[in-house]
Amino acid sequence: MSKITYREAVRQAIREAMIRDDRVFVMGEDVGHYGGCYAVTLGLLEEFGSERIRDTPLSESGFVGAGIGAALGGMRPIVEIMTVNFSLLALDQIVNNAATLLYMSGGQLNVPMVIRMATGAGRQVAAQHSHSLEGWYAHIPGLRVLAPATIEDARGMLWPALCDPDPVLIFEHGALYNQEGDLADEVSPVDIDKAAIRRAGSDVTIVAYGGTLRTALAAAEQLAGDGVAAEVVDLRCLRPLDTPTFVSSVARTHRAVVVDEGWRSGSLSAEVSARITEEAFYDLDAPVARVCGAEVPMPYAKHLEDEAIPQVADVVAAVHALGA
Amino acid sequence: MPSLGADMEAGKVTQWLVKPGDQVHRGDIVAVVETEKSTIEVEIFENGTIDELVVAEGERVPVGAVLARLSARGPELVPGEAPPAPAPPLPPESVAHEGGRRPSTPVAPPSAPTHPLEAHHAAVVSPLVRHLAEQLGIDPGVLSGTGPGGTVTRADVERAVGAPREVEPLRAQTGRRGPSSPFARRLSSELGIDLAALRGTGPRGAVTEKDVRLAALAARPKETTPQEATNEDRQAAMRRAIGALMARSKREIPHYYLSTTIDLSAAASWLEQANLERPVADRLVMATLLFSATARAVKRVPEMNGFFIDGNFVPSGAVHLGVAVSQRTGGVIAPAIHDAERLELEELMTRLTDLVKRARVGRLRSSEMSDPTITVTNLGDLGVDEVFGVIYPPQVALVGFGRMKERPWAEGGVLGARPCVVVTLAADHRVSDGMRGGRFLTEIDHLLQEPGKL
Amino acid sequence: MTKAKAAPVPVVETEPAAGDHGVHLLREMLRIRRFEERCVELYSRTAIRGFLHLGIGEEACAVGVMEALLPDDAVVATYREHGHALARGLSMRATMAELEGKVEGCSRGRGGSMHLFDTATRFYGGNAIVAGGLPLAVGLALADHLLGRRRVTACFFGDGAVAEGEFHESMNLAALWHLPVLFCCENNLYAMGTALQFTESETDLSLKASSYRIPAWEVDGMDVLAVEETAREAAQAVREGGGPHFLELRTYRFRAHSMYDPDRYRDKDEIEKWKERDPIPALIARLTHDGALANGDLDRLEAEIAAEVDDAVAFAEAGTDEPIEDLERFVTSGPPTQAPTS
Repeated sequence: MSKITYREAVRQAIREAMIRDDRVFVMGEDVGHYGGCYAVTLGLLEEFGSERIRDTPLSESGFVGAGIGAALGGMRPIVEIMTVNFSLLALDQIVNNAATLLYMSGGQLNVPMVIRMATGAGRQVAAQHSHSLEGWYAHIPGLRVLAPATIEDARGMLWPALCDPDPVLIFEHGALYNQEGDLADEVSPVDIDKAAIRRAGSDVTIVAYGGTLRTALAAAEQLAGDGVAAEVVDLRCLRPLDTPTFVSSVARTHRAVVVDEGWRSGSLSAEVSARITEEAFYDLDAPVARVCGAEVPMPYAKHLEDEAIPQVADVVAAVHALGA
Repeated sequence: MPSLGADMEAGKVTQWLVKPGDQVHRGDIVAVVETEKSTIEVEIFENGTIDELVVAEGERVPVGAVLARLSARGPELVPGEAPPAPAPPLPPESVAHEGGRRPSTPVAPPSAPTHPLEAHHAAVVSPLVRHLAEQLGIDPGVLSGTGPGGTVTRADVERAVGAPREVEPLRAQTGRRGPSSPFARRLSSELGIDLAALRGTGPRGAVTEKDVRLAALAARPKETTPQEATNEDRQAAMRRAIGALMARSKREIPHYYLSTTIDLSAAASWLEQANLERPVADRLVMATLLFSATARAVKRVPEMNGFFIDGNFVPSGAVHLGVAVSQRTGGVIAPAIHDAERLELEELMTRLTDLVKRARVGRLRSSEMSDPTITVTNLGDLGVDEVFGVIYPPQVALVGFGRMKERPWAEGGVLGARPCVVVTLAADHRVSDGMRGGRFLTEIDHLLQEPGKL
Repeated sequence: MTKAKAAPVPVVETEPAAGDHGVHLLREMLRIRRFEERCVELYSRTAIRGFLHLGIGEEACAVGVMEALLPDDAVVATYREHGHALARGLSMRATMAELEGKVEGCSRGRGGSMHLFDTATRFYGGNAIVAGGLPLAVGLALADHLLGRRRVTACFFGDGAVAEGEFHESMNLAALWHLPVLFCCENNLYAMGTALQFTESETDLSLKASSYRIPAWEVDGMDVLAVEETAREAAQAVREGGGPHFLELRTYRFRAHSMYDPDRYRDKDEIEKWKERDPIPALIARLTHDGALANGDLDRLEAEIAAEVDDAVAFAEAGTDEPIEDLERFVTSGPPTQAPTS
């Protein structure tokens, strides 16, 4: 057991993958000489050299597409995109190629690649670096979308993701990189098909993922003081959604609050809510509630940004409003 | 009409460039067609002679329609002979697909939607349907649901409006219901709690699980004995719960009533004999015989034994005889003697004594509370002559016994005094009718005339 | 995947002896031309649906470049790729079955005309997003570079792609990393229906590639021998570590962008003028002049190809529809997990 940051956990995961498999290489903007814009890849250039830690030009579409091509050509690329906002420049390659090639080719072409990117708000970097668009990607058949919210997941998700024969997107919430926690010395692979119950409870199910897991857990702690036992489900895999885990939780607690930093309209939270209604309707003792990001481009000023993203008090209030 | 683009569904022939009798060659432009997007020249893929222009200029036809007929070897026809099979301007291998439309692949019908509901969730109604039902003054609880898992659908409600005699208007009886959660509705039907009688404390005033459970607690206070509840609270709650349940019964169940007077002299003398050999503590009482006869009779008239759920009668194989036990603090509960028809009289007596004792001190098991298949109530001890009972939903019959007393009895022209009891039946007309009910009472009578066989 | 066993195609393959090479090129171009002409008929009677982009007039580009490639090389093409697929060696049967949406098609009927794929010949599509295939080609070449394989990735695209960011990003990446890509720009003068001068500030496309320090050569795309010769030279340079090369193949499509269009954007005279440079008659004339094509040879060739096309159509028509239950197959490699249960 050792103390480690989320950032270091991701770096260890990349290092391990590169040692285990020669086909793995990292490609992205500033991943090499700069050390990664979030310092995730710091030191890897020195260890693995510039062929396997490849600095790219600012050409998201170009290097994401090249990652797809390299995967077709037998490599196992890890492509880093600085933030999800920048990934929009590579949407064509991700949505039109990575997600479709296996299907369009009638099962001939696998795209075994991992695309990592930072997501989310909370660091006062305003409307072009703060959005939570992972829900868009979770909409796309053919992709697997992961959101490691804990140190263990940050450390343990990458290798199974690289073993997946299909493209995997990993969303790392920018506010998590500095988070510190304990990590077992023995790393066990994470089941990237399953959501995780992070706290058991009987009165209400709080569904969260990525950056909002901390919020949900803090809310659950506070609710416990009010005599409400909240169960917290970490979705962890945003596509395919592990519906049975959160639906069966709601069937036990009869109430659900979905917490999502993304915008409410047409969102991942909407999908989760819809599935609960579809599959646990007659177990619901109250309408499904959602605590989502305010529907604004993320503002810079701190008090406005705080207001725009789900806070612990918002989750607690939502739970109480359900009569729990 | 050839397909000239992915989004083309039809085209208009604006001009024919050939006429019947013209020789055409592969690649010739034969017509001009206007589509939604542009005007396009139509080429032909066969050599031959135009026999007929089927579609006139200016006419709009769907893709695949025959525009003209063409014969490969020229137009010579023997007069009087039937014309050759029409040949659309298509290559030979397309003949199997006359008109250019390929047979569409039959798509398997979608499999029946799976649904989390199971049949035992009685009278589960979605919010929309409930709302509609309220607007139309229909009680969805009396409808037989045709939706998944027997849920009442919108169509069921609408059908009910078309057949107003089958349902009673709800509003006149209970007024407008407030909202309630799906789980509360499911739970309430499982626990036999009437939602309409509950006041919601949930979001937007909705009745929630908590409200239903409180009501259930109140209806069966001995089952769980909440320490915090005061006696008055419990009595009031119980009265409210009984009220709700009985109101539902009276609203939903079309009761009919029958009664018959039974000569108990055979039973009384048998009982006297039997008790002679027993110590006082083990003596049988007449109620044991009455209950045993009822349990055995119901086996022969199964329409009295079971539940009415989701618009259907579900008969019960076993006879769990609910016995109404009045509470010292007021109110009544009716726990079950399981498999009563199979018990010897002694065993039945033991169970009955035990049950009454436990019922009065609140030590009942939940299964005893939840599964009576028919209920008997014996108010004879209280000096009542006849009982006109209210059925416990979802059961379908209730049997009442008055007090045993000597009555004038004429038999074979001789008037005498015999110990008699009046037995009454309240039964559900949706399940049975007077003939079966009468048969049931007669069976009880017959059984009581041969008490040794009980 | 069950591929129908290929019955012998009634084509007698003549040994490509030195003198017969021209005839071989002719045969390849004719196969494409006759195949696509049949596609027009099939489309008209709705056996083929969706978009159908024909390369009639452009056959020399695909045929000439493919001559320069080895079996291990890769090909990335566009949505106007029937010719490239056939010239690369996909069977006419599997290609036609794909166009008819049959499970025997090279993409199991999942792709259609615009998405022909075949791993056996390293044919990576069939890409219907203009310029979307260029980064893929860069990546395929990157994999070869990282794995130390001496292979060439030939990437076809049209003049329209040159306006896309992905073109410029890919030029830059390939040149920066010195990757073995042979960029083949088929300049047919129109991005769908808009002429080059309405979309490009600089209409000299080779100049654009040159600005990335990529050797860029212009070729007459209506002359299959010229295309082949240039492509061989370029492919050789790429294979020997010369970095990416760029060919601008100046060509012309005789038919519409997709099946039919009103041709409002170009003069009929212009089309007729280009038809005079049709690569097929041009090669026939040359072979006849050289004595490589004797009397009756052409008829025999045409008959063989007609039989092959007939056979492909019969194969496609006899093909089977993929079972509906397989709709979600190949969305991911695992069993379908995303279907909501309702």
